[in-house]
Amino acid sequence: MTLDGTKFVNWIRRANRRIQENKDYLSELDRAIGDGDHGINMARGFAEAAQRLTGSADQDLGALCQQVAMALLSKVGGASGPLFGTAFLKMAGVWKGKDHASVHELSLALREAVNGIKMRGKAELGDKTMVDVWEPVSRFVAEKAEHLSWRELCVFAEEQMDKTKPLQAKKGRAAYLGPRSSGHLDPGAVSSFFLFEALCETMEESGGDR
Amino acid sequence: MSYVGIVLVSHSVDLVRGLQEILSQVQPQVPVAIAGGTDDGELGTSPFKIKEAIEFANSGKGVIVLFDLGSSLMNAEIALDWLGENERVKIADAPLVEGAYAAVVESGCGSSLDQVLHVAQKVKTWQKIS
Repeated sequence: MTLDGTKFVNWIRRANRRIQENKDYLSELDRAIGDGDHGINMARGFAEAAQRLTGSADQDLGALCQQVAMALLSKVGGASGPLFGTAFLKMAGVWKGKDHASVHELSLALREAVNGIKMRGKAELGDKTMVDVWEPVSRFVAEKAEHLSWRELCVFAEEQMDKTKPLQAKKGRAAYLGPRSSGHLDPGAVSSFFLFEALCETMEESGGDR
Repeated sequence: MSYVGIVLVSHSVDLVRGLQEILSQVQPQVPVAIAGGTDDGELGTSPFKIKEAIEFANSGKGVIVLFDLGSSLMNAEIALDWLGENERVKIADAPLVEGAYAAVVESGCGSSLDQVLHVAQKVKTWQKIS
């Protein structure tokens, strides 16, 4: 059930593939309620993150998270750069010097990431942002602890993503649309789901499900 | 004599280049630096560029940062975290064009960081058409 450096790299590479495959879909979602570049931005950032990790011999989870954060901060550009970048920076702080993380340590890192995202974006649960996926996912992992099923987590994350559809946006460019933002999925919630889906698949693949 | 520096942050480098040109015509002695676009020159902002611009514009009297839209603020805040000298760098809650204009005039008069910030933020309440 533990996440190590190799699995971490596989996670980010898998997330990158998922984002590349859905680049147009993410931009299309963003065109409906934002500025239409979410897919392009995330694809650019995660391609860079995956590339930097592929060349890295590092096994320290903190250092690996730091590399992902720096890649996202320098390449993404839109709001997701500082937000996903901050999430990985906060996780780096929790995992510094660790070459593996238990589910408990994952929950600690996610909790810090959520705090970081909320502090940076000043968003709360229900504002139709990535927080609507990250915060419940973080709580789910903490509550299930060692009994966590990756498959259940994946389904749960997708449900949280779907719940952003009826919400009215309170943050970012989508907030300019007011009530017209309802009826669309939040693009950041969707890319956050892809990230967690990739994590669940990576952990399941390595025989971690129960 | 040193002046409070001004940093202009925008998703578009063209936007802040034009604004910088307008400002330097008004007060050529005030250091004005820009951080527009991503590191690759795409639309967006970069905390790395913002940090460099702040360092460039700071002649010892501090720097006021003005930004265009939401995500620029987040990257400006990351740049400030990295610089770790928040008291000498202030992010203005002000419209980019009018705020920068007011700030550069005030800075050119030799005002302090807090005075320049105050004047830049006050323009929020101005009526453009009276």
